[in-house]
Amino acid sequence: MHELSIMESALTLVQDQARQAGATRVHAVRLRVGALSGVVPDALQMAFEALTPGTLAEGATLAIEAVTARFWCGPCAAEFASDQMLAECPRCGGISGDLRAGKELELASLEID
Amino acid sequence: MCKDCGCGTPHGPGAHPPGEPHSHTHEHTHEHGPGFHHGEEHPARHSHPHPHTHTHSHAHSGAPDHNHVHAAGDAPDPPPAESAARRTVEVQRSLLDRNDRAAERNRGFFRASRLLTLNVLSSPGSGKTTLLGETIRALGEGLKAAVIVGDLATDNDARRLRETGAPVVQIATGTMCHLEAEMIGRACRELDLQGRGLLIIENVGNLVCPASYDLGEDLRVVLLSVTEGEDKPLKYPPAFQSAHVVVVSKLDLTEACGVDRALLRANVRKVAPAAEVFEVSARTGLGMADWCAFLKREQAKAAARHPLD
Repeated sequence: MHELSIMESALTLVQDQARQAGATRVHAVRLRVGALSGVVPDALQMAFEALTPGTLAEGATLAIEAVTARFWCGPCAAEFASDQMLAECPRCGGISGDLRAGKELELASLEID
Repeated sequence: MCKDCGCGTPHGPGAHPPGEPHSHTHEHTHEHGPGFHHGEEHPARHSHPHPHTHTHSHAHSGAPDHNHVHAAGDAPDPPPAESAARRTVEVQRSLLDRNDRAAERNRGFFRASRLLTLNVLSSPGSGKTTLLGETIRALGEGLKAAVIVGDLATDNDARRLRETGAPVVQIATGTMCHLEAEMIGRACRELDLQGRGLLIIENVGNLVCPASYDLGEDLRVVLLSVTEGEDKPLKYPPAFQSAHVVVVSKLDLTEACGVDRALLRANVRKVAPAAEVFEVSARTGLGMADWCAFLKREQAKAAARHPLD
């Protein structure tokens, strides 16, 4: 449900950035979404389609780059990947909550002209 | 004529990699029947096929799912100028940028006002309003509170909390499932914070969406009642992982619900290993002294810190 309001703020950012770059149209929007961001990519896509008409990004494509969650295991002094919030270190089996990546919710780039 | 690139052949997605120039060849054949003169005199009636071949190419930039249909038989046009003008702008900014900046403004205001601010999250019905009402009463004159309450509709919670004597501002979110930092900034303008040391924000009853929105709070407090079952933290990890404090409420119902308190605590620990955990019953007062003492300690820390720290 909050994907709609996240996309609303995303489109404000998209249009600000596009205007600053002197764009007349946005052709593509590229987002980075972490596996643990709490946001569902399909819902973002739907929100994008619902909100873009009448904006600079009307008719643009939305590409979502998924970012795998990575945790730090203190005892092993190493990073490991997991898409679980309760990440279990594959080396020692310990549980880590020390998230190093995977909460991203970012506008990566725009394609404009 | 194809409006996208100006060539004349159908091609689908994946036919050529993005960014690489490519070309198409196609043929048109037409036949002339007997008696047709093709710009010259023929000595006898005859027919013959004419193959016409066009070759053209265009460069594709951009998305790999590029797909457009070229109508056969159109005259080839030069590639449009727009492909040259298209460019990529790197942004690398958080989508919640606007909220995050508003949250930082709020944080500055809270610090300058020497306030300890709590953002209280929970499922609907876990007892936020009861716990907060009893907390405000227990803290009494020692630490006076003000409250911002978010709800989709009705001001029932706000009315109940006003009975404690604390100033309360209600935010009716309508269809919105969470509070955002700008709403808190506006609500603070309406709130009389004179002589208050504690600002409690009761978020919309929802354990999913509010977890994404920083309001500028000092402490995020996630509340769950024993009636929700031991595995609630495992089901809603983002909210619990973002918690500074987890309060387990309705402790007086533990036995009636057949809840394994040790397991519930262990599950909270798994998801939020660094959070402070309190177990309370607002109704019987069990555990309330520890919880209130914690708030007083945190408020003293908040008030002692320099606004620019």
